[in-house]
Amino acid sequence: MSYFSDIINGTKSLLIGMRITGKYFFVNFLTRKDVITEQYPDNLETLNMFDRYRGEVTMYHNENNEHRCDACTLCEKACPNGSIEIISDKELNPETGKNVRYIVKHIYHLEMCTMCGLCIEACPQDAIQWGQNFHHVQYDRGKLTKVLNKPGSKIMIKTKEKK
Amino acid sequence: MILNIFTDIHNLLLGLMSAKAVHITELVLIGVAYLGIFAVLGLFLVWLERRVAGFFQLRLGPNRVGPSGLFQTIADALKLVSKELTGTVKADKQLYKIAPYFVITTALMAMALIPFSQEIQAFDINIGVFFLISVSSIGVLGIFLAGWSSNNKYSLIGGMRTGIQMISYELSVGMAVVTMVVLAGTLQISEIVELQKSGWFIFTGHIPAIIAFMIFMIAGTAESNRVPFDLVEAESELGAGFHTEYSGMRFAYYFLAEFVNMFIIASIAVVLFFGGWLSPFGITDAIPFAGLFWFTVKVIAVIFIFMWFRWTFPRFRIDQLLTLEWKYLLPINMVNIVLMALMVWLGLTF
Amino acid sequence: MEEFLTDRLKTQEYFLNMGPQHPATHGVLMLLLKLDGEIIQNVELDLGYIHRSIEKMCERDTYKQIIHLTDRLDYLSSHMNNEAVCLLVEDALNIEVADRIKVIRTMMSELSRISSHVLWWGVMGMDIGALTTFMYGFREREMINDIFEETCGARLTMNYNVIGGVRYDLHENFAKRVKDFITHFRKKLPEYDKLLSNNIIFQKRLEGIGYISKEDAVAYGLNGPTARGSGVSCDVRKIHPYSAYDRVEFEEILFPEGDSYARYRVRIREMWESLSILEQLVDKIPEGEHRVKTKAVIKLPEGDFLQRVESARGDFGVYVKSDGQKFPYRLKFRSPGFANLTALNKMAKGLKIADLVAILSTIDIVVPDIDR
Repeated sequence: MSYFSDIINGTKSLLIGMRITGKYFFVNFLTRKDVITEQYPDNLETLNMFDRYRGEVTMYHNENNEHRCDACTLCEKACPNGSIEIISDKELNPETGKNVRYIVKHIYHLEMCTMCGLCIEACPQDAIQWGQNFHHVQYDRGKLTKVLNKPGSKIMIKTKEKK
Repeated sequence: MILNIFTDIHNLLLGLMSAKAVHITELVLIGVAYLGIFAVLGLFLVWLERRVAGFFQLRLGPNRVGPSGLFQTIADALKLVSKELTGTVKADKQLYKIAPYFVITTALMAMALIPFSQEIQAFDINIGVFFLISVSSIGVLGIFLAGWSSNNKYSLIGGMRTGIQMISYELSVGMAVVTMVVLAGTLQISEIVELQKSGWFIFTGHIPAIIAFMIFMIAGTAESNRVPFDLVEAESELGAGFHTEYSGMRFAYYFLAEFVNMFIIASIAVVLFFGGWLSPFGITDAIPFAGLFWFTVKVIAVIFIFMWFRWTFPRFRIDQLLTLEWKYLLPINMVNIVLMALMVWLGLTF
Repeated sequence: MEEFLTDRLKTQEYFLNMGPQHPATHGVLMLLLKLDGEIIQNVELDLGYIHRSIEKMCERDTYKQIIHLTDRLDYLSSHMNNEAVCLLVEDALNIEVADRIKVIRTMMSELSRISSHVLWWGVMGMDIGALTTFMYGFREREMINDIFEETCGARLTMNYNVIGGVRYDLHENFAKRVKDFITHFRKKLPEYDKLLSNNIIFQKRLEGIGYISKEDAVAYGLNGPTARGSGVSCDVRKIHPYSAYDRVEFEEILFPEGDSYARYRVRIREMWESLSILEQLVDKIPEGEHRVKTKAVIKLPEGDFLQRVESARGDFGVYVKSDGQKFPYRLKFRSPGFANLTALNKMAKGLKIADLVAILSTIDIVVPDIDR
């Protein structure tokens, strides 16, 4: 008799499965309520990433185009992939009469970065921080290499300004 | 009304050329019209499948090109047309090139018998159902050839699986159809539909007809190589199965033919069990074109069930496929035919 | 007659290269199959297609830098991999971490486990041919990914563990999101059973397929859910409790059958257990610091160190030989997938190609974990 009970139980199990998928079909067909996908380029305006999202490394600049980076190269040393290159130079500070290191270019290779966050932890000045941008698509690999300090920017006079 | 249009065209052509030439021209015209229907139908069904799959899978499916993404498949077809036709070096070139046309041609031939409405049926012969079944099984040869000629091991396995599947499930489809033919007493499609004016066969034949319908649906799914019987393609096992080495339009032929075959299977089901173009209880008998409407609605309903299967069930293994056919479907089918014959003999049908 | 037939109808065994580009091999695994028709005579593994020499790279990296490389091994249980390295360094340096850190790590591990198993479930269905399960699995995975993204800042390669704690404190929404997930998932898990586990076709595809006995499982060094499907008790969370596993109650899931369906059920039941662990912890996260201060440059004392954790795939081990420098002298990852995959030939011999795909699925391989 197991022949017939097999058929009946088997058919029943198949119908139960069809009820599950059918339920989702009709809900989605009528109301689109269970649709879980993001309509990607359309929802760009409303798409907000979480605050902690690690999209890219950015350098904080205040309204006077000043940053906090003093070219200590700790981030360069902390980076496991060599994604950060720092080109710095020395300049005579007329007030103190000492040679002060300043940053010429903070080069960030996004194409090599694994978003591990060690550079940001290493930075004693909180000069670099996470940006939430995830639109990194480029046609040219070279465009992924970025200079983080903006042209003409200067180091902030240390006034303990918090970000 | 629709007949008037046809007669008008016929008279117009008669005015232009001799009767023999008119005959040939009309054949060509009908052929071209069916090719058009074939392409549109295939593209529409592909769109429908993707859209339905989307809703089953908590997605939206194609929704960018045209209203509700209706033109998506046309865009895809254009892309496929523009692609290069590649092939393996050691392929059996002749067979490799011919194979897709087997599938397309047989699908077209079967389309000729499908009664879209009372008036629209290209070819109404007295062995209609028999012709339909035999022609639609030739198409499998194309798949078999593709698997063999590609000179690819995955294709070969896919092709061999087709052979096994074809031999097994042809039987079930045929016997399920025979069960209904016992009830109808004719093979001509237009007559089968006319007979159902007093009640669709699935109601008049009750128990054996319902069993025959279930078997037909299972075997029909297997005939059109769809999940859970898509061992021929079995993308997680064989890559793409028999059409691994096909690209561009040759691949598209297979793809379209698969969907048109599904349409044909659904049409046979509608003709045999659900009264073809007839409206339920004859509510719209007076309205012209209503037959086309009801036929389409019924066919799409049956196709939806096929799609429901596809997006719910896992795939069989090859030996389980054979077990299902030879140990379950075939014995049940045989008993069912006898049961139907007894019912008809004793007059127990409604 | 028979001679005539054997003369004319010669059959031949043939080889089939399955992979490295194949949908069922979950990446770039290559299997060299020796086939007789559709029946598998022998399976030969050809690994190394995505070998990235991570172990060698670790030798030039500091211990802090190693952590982010472990994300890239078994990317579905990246949190557990991170945790292994952190626990190893903390043990070696006798850094005592607070209870809060332990609980956070445990919860994150269990969330990772669920998300890994959910993905496995979806892909399992796809390998067997039920394409819809993939999206249903992703629905739940998406919720977990959101939890991760909000707290850790990334969805897949979280890199959340640091030596001496975790990188950020828990986000304020964390507990609420986890509770939402638990109620959601408790409703959806029975649906998984109805859709796939109880399906007659699915059961017939898995039952009795890919059998491996308890003795063989031990001999091949199987671990994780794969071994527990053969009845081998091997849960590192039970044997060597780490983090907060000694304070939660959970059951080690064992099925003695040893076939594919047993392995399948182990994973489904493990999701229930993980849910119960989460439920026990979510209301009892202790207050305190999320991170202990460590030295800027971490140097391990000379010697050998080993740390095992239970990742979603099994027993993940890190072995470090240190010569007292800030880089490890030698580092070895013991990946669960590699050991599990070695038994594939034993399991699949004499079965069909379709069964091989099912077995590969129930072993639940992640190729970057195997190739490293």
